[in-house]
Amino acid sequence: MKISFNINGETKSVDVDGQTPLLWVIRDILDLKGTKFGCGKAACGTCTIHVDGEAVRSCSFAAKFAEGKEITTIEGLSTDENNLHPVQQAWIEEIVPQCGYCQPGFMMATAALLNKIPKPTDEDIDDNIVNICRCGTYYRMRKAIHRAAEIGGKTNA
Amino acid sequence: MKKTHLITIVALLLLLGIGINFNGATAKKAPVKTNIVTTPPPPVPHPDPSIAAFQEMMKVVAHKRCVNCHPAGDRPHQGEDSHVHNFGVQRGEDGHGTVALKCSTCHQKENNDFSGVPGAPHWHLAPRSMGWEGLSHREIALAMTDTEKNGGRSIEEIAKHLTEDPLVLWAFEPGLNHEGVPREKPPISKEAYIEAVKKWVETGAKIPEE
Repeated sequence: MKISFNINGETKSVDVDGQTPLLWVIRDILDLKGTKFGCGKAACGTCTIHVDGEAVRSCSFAAKFAEGKEITTIEGLSTDENNLHPVQQAWIEEIVPQCGYCQPGFMMATAALLNKIPKPTDEDIDDNIVNICRCGTYYRMRKAIHRAAEIGGKTNA
Repeated sequence: MKKTHLITIVALLLLLGIGINFNGATAKKAPVKTNIVTTPPPPVPHPDPSIAAFQEMMKVVAHKRCVNCHPAGDRPHQGEDSHVHNFGVQRGEDGHGTVALKCSTCHQKENNDFSGVPGAPHWHLAPRSMGWEGLSHREIALAMTDTEKNGGRSIEEIAKHLTEDPLVLWAFEPGLNHEGVPREKPPISKEAYIEAVKKWVETGAKIPEE
């Protein structure tokens, strides 16, 4: 079936089986490789993207539900290397990634959180960021989330 | 052979014989295999049609497919063992999850049998006042019909919710779990359940004592 949506500011149409996970449309058809496959069961969060501004696990999101939606992937968080998204900037400053595989999902989940709660507490982070990192970078991510909130606060001031 | 030796041998043989007999007497008999299948007789319906309908309806309403999302607290349950939902998932302010970890982060409008994530329209938790976990059938029904707890719904509106809401009826088409195994369905059919709910309401929605 033909499915049209906006992704990272560009209108795209794809012709796929409607049950195809949106993750594979993003990676294999649109060639946006930043979004990763982890568990395939919506459990780890590595494939997190935004659909109409909400965090969604794309491995378990049928492509047919993307019709008419605004989609953002890690590539669309900021398209200007000189003007990074606060989450990207904070992740660099705190040197968060180890192997890095799960980080795009964490960053997208964090961006969704900051959209709703610009200054999250540790409890807010615990309640909302439940992705899985096998390298155990949680401590650095927590620091980076607070740092991203600081950067975002300054940017928006 | 000496006489004393003969007596000893005879005594030993006697003791051995007693032992063999003793073991034979205590050995369990192997069950006899037959082709006869015994099934318990079906329960006799309650003579009061309203209570009989209530008992049928409760086979669904009190089933894990419903109660998992009618928790006593703020955390949903999941699975056939009704364990607390993985990943620290919470109710949030409106029953749709926390701000960046909503039910819809993973659950969509329909089951996803490839990932094993269940789905139905407006997937969310029942309000705290409708927490049924740990309640008896009578207590569930009393809460369900209490307008202070059920959002001011009349008995007819409750019946409509119970028989038409796609999230409620998802219980009969719960899809496959993450291992590709069909989720357990309630013990009666959707049609029998809907008929029971309607019958219960039509006959006065009686709630029997425990």
